[in-house]
Amino acid sequence: MADQQIHYQSVRQMSDALLAKEISAAELADAHFKRIADLDGRVGSYLAVTPDLGHEQAASAQSAIDSGNAGPLTGVPMQLKDNMATRGVTTTCASLMLEHFVPPYDATVTSALANAGAVLLGKGNMDEFAMGSSTETSAYKPARNPWDLDRVPGGSSGGPAASVAGGLAPYSLGSDTGGSIRQPASFCGIVGLKPTYGLVSRYGLIAFASSLDQIGPLTRTVEDAALVMNAIAGPDVNDSTSISRPAIDYTVGLKDGVKGLRIGIVPEYFGEGIDPEVARLTREAIKQLEELGAEVSEVSLPNSKAALAVYYVLSPSECSANLARYDGVKYGFSTPDAPNMMAALEATRDGGFGIEVKRRIMMGTYALSSGYYDAYYKKAQQVRTLIRREFDAAFEKVDVLITPTTPTTAFKLGEIQDPVVMHANDVCTVPANIAGIPGISVPCGTIDGLPVGLQLLGAHLSEATLLRAAYAYEQATPWHTQHPAN
Amino acid sequence: MTEQPKRLTEDEVRRVATLCRIGLSDEEIEHLRDDMAGLIAEVSVLQNIDTSGVEPTGHAVEEVHSVMRDDIPRPALTVADVLLNAPRREGDYFRVPAVMDDGQG
Repeated sequence: MADQQIHYQSVRQMSDALLAKEISAAELADAHFKRIADLDGRVGSYLAVTPDLGHEQAASAQSAIDSGNAGPLTGVPMQLKDNMATRGVTTTCASLMLEHFVPPYDATVTSALANAGAVLLGKGNMDEFAMGSSTETSAYKPARNPWDLDRVPGGSSGGPAASVAGGLAPYSLGSDTGGSIRQPASFCGIVGLKPTYGLVSRYGLIAFASSLDQIGPLTRTVEDAALVMNAIAGPDVNDSTSISRPAIDYTVGLKDGVKGLRIGIVPEYFGEGIDPEVARLTREAIKQLEELGAEVSEVSLPNSKAALAVYYVLSPSECSANLARYDGVKYGFSTPDAPNMMAALEATRDGGFGIEVKRRIMMGTYALSSGYYDAYYKKAQQVRTLIRREFDAAFEKVDVLITPTTPTTAFKLGEIQDPVVMHANDVCTVPANIAGIPGISVPCGTIDGLPVGLQLLGAHLSEATLLRAAYAYEQATPWHTQHPAN
Repeated sequence: MTEQPKRLTEDEVRRVATLCRIGLSDEEIEHLRDDMAGLIAEVSVLQNIDTSGVEPTGHAVEEVHSVMRDDIPRPALTVADVLLNAPRREGDYFRVPAVMDDGQG
């Protein structure tokens, strides 16, 4: 492979080059470390870079390759969002609260990728505790969109998306609670898959909203997403909510096409707030899939409109409970010299959390507090049932629903200040988390040089179908071959 | 649509802050009086949806049900690992400020 092209090759291409001995795992890692050193000062997609561990892993990957024991991820570098535990490597959640936190254990996904021969480049920038849609709430620095450095990469997995789009990592893992994989993938012109809730272990993922959080891949191609899923999906004794189902190979059937695939268009996802150009590109993509043999019909999901409100009750409520653990006693930021425990807690949590995290803890505490529980939390859980049923009914009629991933293209840093306006970014992605279903975003064009994402949603555990449809679309269009100018 | 959000009172915000143990500054409290009103207005559309007789959903995926692993002893973190990140420790213990009083004895 040509040297200047290495960083935009797919995982599959890098793997092929490694197996053909065209490049060594160490050379491939170094090419990435060099590019990170050269460019990430401007992009801000990494919170930590791990050359020592990376070189160690590259050496053992090379041994596996040399002895004929390599898999498709062996020797290929990658990044992890900084809310996934890495033993011996700081894991900050982009918060001052965990600035010096060094996990004594690996997340299940961390060890799964290590066992698959992956080479860790470093930890990806993110919104603090994954709360945000722009990576501007990171306590350390904002990440920037490689397509336009004045614009956000989206969030909360903005670092992972910017790294993968900018050729600073072949792939990354993100987490998606309300769109945090798919929205940044859309803004950065790459592929982002949020799997079915429970398909990928959450053990070692620092919790935000436990009934919604799910880990998934950010990649430059659909096939790469399938390869990464093969390594990370599956049951885990350390996660009581992981689905007990034997692993499957997501590359099988990937290239079978969409002939006869039933696609649903949901009018509710093309309404108020959706940029007309985004809507137009989405409809064009659907037309393209129809030309490839898919059957298109309209499906109405009226309760989807309430999903955002359900999300902004459930996620702060769960976050307020999950983040109660940050008490300055066992680990994390701690205010010294408080006269008593109550004062220590209040000072620690005031100093360790940024304003967006405080706002969500406050909102969740309010929603769960005495006198409000039924009106907010229980009500939201009941509407969640209605949304879930509506999706269940839709997936009896169609195999895949297609919507825009985000209402607009990437906005400028500092452009959105009102939290409620920021939340509107998640309007198309949140329903999947509420219903626990999988969703994938693939690039479907650009507006004024900025990428637009197409979202495909499917029934529980329909990842193979989503990947097959996304692959057919990707292969019929040029978007995955386009990269930012530098 | 929703009506103009009514600001929360300072006392309402302070009450919530005490419940979640965040020592907010006066300035943050002022901001949160508006922010929380906006957030509450944002979710108030739920009140217009008829949910009578609808069961609440905790986890949305049928295949997810709390699984118990086999009750077999297995290695856990060492004490050294557990204490690795402790802000303050005394021997093999976490050190905390006085819980019951102001620490003056």
